[in-house]
Amino acid sequence: MKFLHRFINKIKPSFEKGGKFSKLHSVFEGFETFLFVPNTVTAQGVHIRDCVDLKRIMSVVVFALMPCLLFGMWNTGYQHFRSVGLVQNPADAVQSFWTIFWFGFWKVLPIIVVSYVVGLGVEFTAAQIRGHEINEGFLVSGMLIPLIMPADIPLWMVALATIFAVVIGKEVFGGTGMNIWNPALLARAFIFFSYPSQISGDKVWIAGLTEGTGVIDGFSGATPLAIATGGTGDTAASMTVESLQQQLPSIYDMFMGFIPGSIGETSKLAILLGAIVLLITGVGSWRIMLATVIGALGVGYLCNLFAANPYMALPPYYHLLMGGFAFGAVFMATDPVTASQTNTGKWIYGLLLGMIIVVIRIFNPAYPEGVMLAILLMNTFAPLIDYYVVGANINRRLKRAKAKS
Amino acid sequence: MNQKESLFSSKNLKLLTAPFNESNPVIVMVLGICSVLAVTVKLQPAIVMGLSVTIVCGFSCLIISLLRNTIPNRIRIIVQLVVVATFVILIDQVLKAFAYQTSKQLSVFVGLIITNCIIMGRIEAFALGNKPLPAFLDGIGSGAGYGAILVTIAFIRELFGSGTLLNVRIVPESWYIQNGGFYANNGLMIYPPMVLILIGLFIWIHRSFNKNLIGK
Repeated sequence: MKFLHRFINKIKPSFEKGGKFSKLHSVFEGFETFLFVPNTVTAQGVHIRDCVDLKRIMSVVVFALMPCLLFGMWNTGYQHFRSVGLVQNPADAVQSFWTIFWFGFWKVLPIIVVSYVVGLGVEFTAAQIRGHEINEGFLVSGMLIPLIMPADIPLWMVALATIFAVVIGKEVFGGTGMNIWNPALLARAFIFFSYPSQISGDKVWIAGLTEGTGVIDGFSGATPLAIATGGTGDTAASMTVESLQQQLPSIYDMFMGFIPGSIGETSKLAILLGAIVLLITGVGSWRIMLATVIGALGVGYLCNLFAANPYMALPPYYHLLMGGFAFGAVFMATDPVTASQTNTGKWIYGLLLGMIIVVIRIFNPAYPEGVMLAILLMNTFAPLIDYYVVGANINRRLKRAKAKS
Repeated sequence: MNQKESLFSSKNLKLLTAPFNESNPVIVMVLGICSVLAVTVKLQPAIVMGLSVTIVCGFSCLIISLLRNTIPNRIRIIVQLVVVATFVILIDQVLKAFAYQTSKQLSVFVGLIITNCIIMGRIEAFALGNKPLPAFLDGIGSGAGYGAILVTIAFIRELFGSGTLLNVRIVPESWYIQNGGFYANNGLMIYPPMVLILIGLFIWIHRSFNKNLIGK
């Protein structure tokens, strides 16, 4: 470490103004502050600057995503071998653990590499052209993008979506901290609307299922949400809640994540581990996570009261276990840039988010999963919520001041 | 007319060319966006629409400019509407007679040329206060400037959204995923919201060449 520090200090002058590589200043600065906590101090007045800057916060989130990533790699392999009939249940998979893991590893790694190389490429170029610091925001986005993609997604689509998300979603608004929508979800929304057949349906969630070679007879790659959507509309007439629950994977499987789905979203256990890291370090807001869960459960119970079809009668906690709810609530909704900033605002934001997710899932058969759309919608409204929360606070204090005088 | 002005003096030429650049109706004045969203999925309707608007805009400006001293100020909007509507109906009937398929694709949007802000805008802002020839050139220029953006956007949308241009296949069939290739059409290009993003990008590129347009 000392050696590295000395080396950086040695080459520093050539990147300063007037140095040989002064054009690459922002690149150098990016790397330096990535490796070491910068020693910048405030120029005026007395302030305390925390050494935990944005880069350190981003590292915490990436660390919290590790359980999801590792489990996602294993699950990608597990689902593939399940589709070709080599394993039946997780217990079978123990002795061939490494074969399964490496299969998934080589499936997921290219997506991560493409996402980081393309995204950071755009960030570095933008920073060079506009002469500002390199934004560290992409450290997290670059890890989130692969985790919300199906394993079989073509890599050029990932690259295109990443460029779209970073340029249109972030750079045009002024870079990290100015974006209205979560860049990773924007990348997914881009693919979702541009190339729907590569990111929805029953086939895409399991590696190799679209090609269909060696798949055992009668194997369906349907995600729990796709099965649950069967509990609405025409197919619902011949169905009871019990039969729907029987078609769905068991609670245990859905909690542990032995189900098809986007790479990082399946295991609720891994997401919980990440949530604990975020909550202990204070990086993620517990208010948003809790409010989202309450909102979803609330609408879930409300639907139970009416129970017009089997999907509506499904116990509310199923919504927490199916699809990307947990992943979205923990890692996407709590994005400090795009969520509400005020504490009251966070409650409103989270509650509405949870409610809209369940409403989209149950009442819109065209979109089995509502998490992405709900979060993007609430991102749009977050500044408005804050605006009124701040305004209400000012009015309350004015009233109090008037009453006293 | 005491001083004779040639038909294409530099001042008149400017009226014709300015709408392609620094006073473009779509990317500078941001007018007529609704029809840009609606008719640019395919290139052919966009070309027809661009031509129609150019003709309507040019001739309406000419007629209004000829009438400008006789129109009472208080009812001028109604007079303008009557003139514009006449030309729109003419265009609509001609399209129905000679290009029925395109006319069906454009559906109500030919009729809606009447509400196109560019036409009323040019009549109000220019034709009412200028001589017929400049007014006519200004109308043609504005319509063509609108048409140019329309065609460019339709080009991008049809190429990436359907893989064709003027209904001729450009992207080979064998490239598509369902035929064992790697390519897929971009569905977002078919959706109208993408046009807003494309126009935004156009404005971005255009302003980076015309710094004087950037507001403080």
